[in-house]
Amino acid sequence: MADVSKFKPNTVYVTYIAAPPEKVWQALTSAEFTRQYFFGFAIDVEPKTGGKFFIRYPDGRAHISGKVLDWTPPRRFSCTWLVEGMAEFAELPECIVTYDIEQAGEAVRLTMTESHSWDIPEAILAGGRLGWPAILSNLKSVLETGKPMAIKMEPPQEMIEAVKKAVATKPWLK
Amino acid sequence: MSKPSFVYVTYIRSTPEKVWEALTTQEFTRKYWFGASLRSEWKVGSDWKIEFDDGRIADTGKIVEFDPPKRLVIGNWQNQFRPEVKAEGFSTCTIELEVTGEAVKLTITHVAQGPKFIEAVSGGWPKIMSNLKSLLETGHVAMEMKV
Repeated sequence: MADVSKFKPNTVYVTYIAAPPEKVWQALTSAEFTRQYFFGFAIDVEPKTGGKFFIRYPDGRAHISGKVLDWTPPRRFSCTWLVEGMAEFAELPECIVTYDIEQAGEAVRLTMTESHSWDIPEAILAGGRLGWPAILSNLKSVLETGKPMAIKMEPPQEMIEAVKKAVATKPWLK
Repeated sequence: MSKPSFVYVTYIRSTPEKVWEALTTQEFTRKYWFGASLRSEWKVGSDWKIEFDDGRIADTGKIVEFDPPKRLVIGNWQNQFRPEVKAEGFSTCTIELEVTGEAVKLTITHVAQGPKFIEAVSGGWPKIMSNLKSLLETGHVAMEMKV
């Protein structure tokens, strides 16, 4: 299990959603919802701290795998996160993704925090900084309108190059 | 060392023209900007301000670029109601719109001289943009609360 104290937050994304905390929790943790807003991927999570966590391709293969670090419905869901399904990416150290759900007036503030245990290059962080706004904007649309948006997205070439370079030199071992 | 900055991206199911109108029409901004509205003649060189309904001025600036419906740059952006933030001086805010799939990608890049301004806009932009997205997609803001 990850030594959480070694991880520091590098990417934070905040959005406010007109929905109750329980509904936002359900959208984050149920496959029926994630398929709609998370590029078609399905979450598969053992609903307890220490449980197994996957985000699966439509064909069932694991895209992301990890372990649940905190399962506190409907407030906090945190897990380790390894991009298992993509060559090279799978060799990077795992990161931690945490969702915090708080009441903010009549809306809910959803905060996504991506934390890392090593001095991760900006070019790799750029991938998450591109993806999270699309995923979480879509989650908000699904909860508020019942309908996701089709958004086209690929990992940026610079990110792929940076991942290859990091995997070749393994700076996290130094 | 690069200047302190804050970037916020949101995707809105709308057209660039509608999002542009929502950003540059006083009556429209009033619906989602927490009891304030944006006032300007909306051309390059004109003054720009955020004014509360009671007449207090929140922020002032100047239109540096005005390229509808793609790119808006507000320069000399300075806070006017919190002395410690005002003391940091001018910031520059770039707002860009592009179509991607069924959505408009809205990117805000705010570059400031100091950390207090960035702290303030890091809290403010997600609220304002979440409200704008809700308003354009559902006809209602996510939160009515005032600042």
